[in-house]
Amino acid sequence: MSLDFFVSHYNYWVVIFLMMVGFYILISRGNLIKKIVGLNVFQTSVFMLYISMGKITGGTPPILVGDGHGGEAVEHVVYSNPLPHVLILTAIVVGIATTSVGLALAVRIKEAYGTLEEDEINRIEALVEASE
Amino acid sequence: MSIVVDIVLLTLLAVAGIALLRIRNLFAVVMLAGIYSLLSAGLFTVMDAVDVAFTEAAVGAGISTVLFLGALALTGHHENRPGHTPLLPLIVVSVTGLALVYGTIDMPGFGGADNPVHHHVADHYLEESPNEIDIPNVVTAVLASYRGYDTWGEVTVVFAAAVGVMLLLMGGRRSRAAASGDGRAGGDGPANGDGQAGGDGPANGAGHR
Repeated sequence: MSLDFFVSHYNYWVVIFLMMVGFYILISRGNLIKKIVGLNVFQTSVFMLYISMGKITGGTPPILVGDGHGGEAVEHVVYSNPLPHVLILTAIVVGIATTSVGLALAVRIKEAYGTLEEDEINRIEALVEASE
Repeated sequence: MSIVVDIVLLTLLAVAGIALLRIRNLFAVVMLAGIYSLLSAGLFTVMDAVDVAFTEAAVGAGISTVLFLGALALTGHHENRPGHTPLLPLIVVSVTGLALVYGTIDMPGFGGADNPVHHHVADHYLEESPNEIDIPNVVTAVLASYRGYDTWGEVTVVFAAAVGVMLLLMGGRRSRAAASGDGRAGGDGPANGDGQAGGDGPANGAGHR
């Protein structure tokens, strides 16, 4: 495994590491707010994967150089791929929407149960079911 | 040179991720999540995604931190020690991670100009958008025109989320007021919900032009 291979795949591996950290927080922690943080880490890692694929070494951001009206195109300019950027812009906004609904649910659960810990909520549920 | 910045930022992100996992004071976790978002915004800038970077800095490090702090104010910021052994989650995560790493071995290297991703519609966007749309920023042209339905769907999602947050938090106040006279927590909740819903829409709109 050469150094070149390592450098050219380092992005993907760190992204996978972060994705797994988020996944681990999500499934191993009992606190609902912490779970939402884990979900955010997971989401952000996916954003980084997409943006990594759009990058071209030596490229510039996809904002057209020159007069910008199609006239004389400036030669020898390499633009990074704009398509992943657009997809991820949409994903960021959808991500904040799901986060806010998740937090609102957490606030309601806290009001109803008095706790945000998964195991305590399960215990209260079991008690309620037993008493019915 | 930018590859060095790229590697340093990614390593910092990995460290921040581990810290997020280990810290149990939720206030510190939320602040660290803000730092994490800011680092990722820096990474996006290095990778030429300037529009994504400023959206992430505004939405990820700004609005989302405010939302988390609002939620923490209503729910308290202590996390219990996990009760069960984390062995099974650890196994699941390791297996999934190894499978994904195995999948990356065949992937084209980072930054290659002839990677397959760059050869579909991307060429068309870069070459034709000055003639068809006449906006220098190609990301804006694609977002608002070629993929306008996407953005429309996204606005629908944000609207649905804002309505959902309002219903969740205001419904709570009504049932609580009916049940007892304890208006303290109930009064806080809806005020926060309005702030969240109101803060969502316009800020996202601004981030997206």
